[in-house]
Amino acid sequence: MDLEMNLNAPHSMGTTIIGVTYNGGVVLGADSRTSTGMYVANRASDKITQLTDNVYVCRSGSAADSQIVSDYVRYFLHQHTIQLGQSATSKVAANLIRLLSYNNKNMLETGLIVGGWDKYEGGKIYAIPLGGTLIEQPFAIGGSGSSYLYGFFDQAWKEGMTKDEAEQLVVKAVSLAIARDGASGGVVRTVIINSEGVTRNFYPGDKLQLWHEELEPQNSLLDLLNSSNSEPMNI
Amino acid sequence: MNFMASKQPENSLLGPESDSQRTLYPYVTGTSVVALKYKDGILMAADMGGSYGSTLRYKSVERMKPIGKHSLLGASGEISDFQEILRYLDELILYDNMWDDGNSLGPKEVHNYLTRVMYNRRNKFNPLWNSLVLGGVKNGQKYLGTVSMIGVNFEDNHVATGFGNHLARPILRQEWHENLSFEDGVRLLEKCMRVLLYRDRSAVNKLQIAKITEDGVTISQPYSLKTYWEFSAFENPAQGAIGSW
Repeated sequence: MDLEMNLNAPHSMGTTIIGVTYNGGVVLGADSRTSTGMYVANRASDKITQLTDNVYVCRSGSAADSQIVSDYVRYFLHQHTIQLGQSATSKVAANLIRLLSYNNKNMLETGLIVGGWDKYEGGKIYAIPLGGTLIEQPFAIGGSGSSYLYGFFDQAWKEGMTKDEAEQLVVKAVSLAIARDGASGGVVRTVIINSEGVTRNFYPGDKLQLWHEELEPQNSLLDLLNSSNSEPMNI
Repeated sequence: MNFMASKQPENSLLGPESDSQRTLYPYVTGTSVVALKYKDGILMAADMGGSYGSTLRYKSVERMKPIGKHSLLGASGEISDFQEILRYLDELILYDNMWDDGNSLGPKEVHNYLTRVMYNRRNKFNPLWNSLVLGGVKNGQKYLGTVSMIGVNFEDNHVATGFGNHLARPILRQEWHENLSFEDGVRLLEKCMRVLLYRDRSAVNKLQIAKITEDGVTISQPYSLKTYWEFSAFENPAQGAIGSW
């Protein structure tokens, strides 16, 4: 019966997205590569999209699908905020995303991570993968690059991190995923949300640490040759 | 912009997937649920895994939930569909409470409702991709039933979904008897869950056992089972035949 497991299940979704809670709020992170097949259509995209002042969403999968879903939810949340008379909670935002993802599961191909801060529950992260399951987690990873991060997070994640520890963890993780996932690349963007507000950060490649088999970027070979005269071109 | 074509063979008669609502495959899935009747009610066990294909992606998914006062629902299969079923049942129980007539839906009624929902969805070629286990006690009467995604439903003294059908039910057929104590019931379920952990690739070593009696539902804290690897045959299996496994 249901042992007929679908052989199509998780195909890769270009991107690496991460959401992490820390004591006081959340940190969202993503890479910036949008690809069409093998071509990089946009090398500096912003995949962390605003839904309300205090809730943002990380988008992965089909760019079109994730954009339209977040556009609808932003529109609904705007109305909801007016009717409610105060800021929407991250739980409401996540549930709206879930409704659209679940009810259109046959047509959509997008995995989303909702992160925000509200006065009732503080910082929260909700993952909404393909199919429209809603799952609240202390941290979430998504996109094709996330395959390379399961082991990393199993080891490196800790409850009760500070804001800086959490942001560094996110930047390190996205950077590691970019190193191995062809569909992820560009810069690392982060968004920190807490009671004080929202902070956007931007980490271009040269601000990140080097991983295995990566070399320090140079302007030119000529600089290398000139700096150490004792090592002319070796065969 | 990722153009991911979903896999349909060239000779498929199914038509474009975007036509009409029809779920063709699950994404985030739970594996087996096992349950049995015991002296005071029903015991049910399920691990906390949400698999995403072959990746063991989510490890804290609660796949058993209390329904109303008298029932406990366990689900395997697509988690988003299980979440939707919980919403349907929420509404059902709400309306039942609003009657405020002293009566309340028992496990048999909830099972019947679920069976109708699952079967009617199947008839529309848009199933809820789950296998459900519904257990409960009302007025001293114990009830344990199951419904699949195609609407097959029945009740029994012990049931299981997915791999549990193949691995747990034979154990239960041998060792189940009327009026099991709570301890014996738990040990029997753990025996089944341990075998599933050894032999089901999508099993995760973090499980919960739930109990429902006339007094209500209790779902245990998540815990892990010890496993045994110390068979001498495991130490050097290729000794007698180098290169074999």
